[in-house]
Amino acid sequence: MFYKLIEPQESLTFTFDGKTLTAARGDSVAAALLAAGVAVFRHSAVAGEPRAPYCMMGVCFDCLVTIDGTANLQGCQVEVAEGMAVESQHGPRAVDGRVSE
Amino acid sequence: MEFRERRDFVVIGGGLVGASIAWGLARAGVKPLVLDEGDLALRASRANFALVFMQGKGLGFPAYAIACKTAAERWPRFAAELEAETGIDVALRQLGGFSFCMSQAEMDQQGVARERIARETGGRAAKYQVLTRQETRERLPGIGASVAGSIFCAQDGHVNALRVFYALHKAMAARGCEYRAEHKVQSIEPTAEGFSIKGDWGEVQAGKVILAAGIANERLAPMVGLASPLKRDKGQVLVTEKCAPFFPYGSATICQGDEGGIKLGSSTEALSESILTNQSLTAVIARRAIQVFPRLAALNVVRTWTGFRVMPLDGFPIYDQSASAPGAFVASCHSGLGLAPNHAFELAPQILAGRLEAGFIAFTAGRFCVLQAH
Repeated sequence: MFYKLIEPQESLTFTFDGKTLTAARGDSVAAALLAAGVAVFRHSAVAGEPRAPYCMMGVCFDCLVTIDGTANLQGCQVEVAEGMAVESQHGPRAVDGRVSE
Repeated sequence: MEFRERRDFVVIGGGLVGASIAWGLARAGVKPLVLDEGDLALRASRANFALVFMQGKGLGFPAYAIACKTAAERWPRFAAELEAETGIDVALRQLGGFSFCMSQAEMDQQGVARERIARETGGRAAKYQVLTRQETRERLPGIGASVAGSIFCAQDGHVNALRVFYALHKAMAARGCEYRAEHKVQSIEPTAEGFSIKGDWGEVQAGKVILAAGIANERLAPMVGLASPLKRDKGQVLVTEKCAPFFPYGSATICQGDEGGIKLGSSTEALSESILTNQSLTAVIARRAIQVFPRLAALNVVRTWTGFRVMPLDGFPIYDQSASAPGAFVASCHSGLGLAPNHAFELAPQILAGRLEAGFIAFTAGRFCVLQAH
């Protein structure tokens, strides 16, 4: 669906729901996931609808993912890092951080 | 020949108060016209904290304490009838409400006030329990060390205020009420047959007129021989990201909505006319909330907003009918959400009958004449 306009200079690996993916250094988590073909980032907290990034600039909050155990992070605002564990979210986060289920 | 639109009933204001009265009138068999301002109006109904919270209200004004308790008792039926007419579940949760106290002095002060309300009402106000620090912790294990205790009222709770607003509008439309936005009223003039209501949009003649225009009631009431003296009272609210249920109760400072967002309040400013939030105040609101529930510190605030409460000079509602211009009524109150069942089920039928009586006569604006004489 998406492809890179510029060949990445340097790549790294991270995981999404346990699956190892490759990303370009400097990409946001959201860009890396889209480039890897991930179409559903989470299911919404109230209606359980599938969601993916819309604005890619920090406004829409539709790219929320759990990163290294912290829920509700905006994937478009966090730079992807080597070894990062990214998880899709299902349901709301718990008050103290983790996803409730 | 000049055509003049004529209506038997016109409600000015389409917020929670106006919509509740209009729906109540429609249920009683008439179809009022509702005139409202546009989206830029100071809409208290859209800045709402969404509480159905009656404890501690009506100190020095027993009729108000009793009206609050009556409203709390009517809420389940109000919510059920709205759902039956519109299919909208307004998410009423009356599991109880807490007032958190951060010092023993505050506990003592609150306790004295509640005892006075109970005494003044002859025990007819909402029942409450004073909980020690330990008793509060047993019910709410997550509270912070600086909570000295709390006061609990089993009838309190919260509701989805935006859905109540939407359901009322849907219900009143289904019953044939016509709603007109962008219809700010500039003048109301008593005439031989009723009232002439005018704005930039034109004119409508009314047999009876009900002022439910919130802050604008202060400007409109004197045009029909009524008074609605208000004081400025700005509130600021913070809203966190949606999270799993952690506090199903109501509280004046912390309220988690049915969809998971947690609202934090409640400030009051008498001097600000700005609609903007300011961080010096929102920081205090956040800090206090974290003192009550330290776990809240991990949450992100995703939204802040301000609103101007419709706050009568003495804090209590104004319900009145005009002596000089019969057929004109006014309803001004802060708790437009909490009191909505009273407005729909009790106030509207009395307006239709043409006379305010039991339950409302204690609330006339005549009480301010004494205040203003000083």
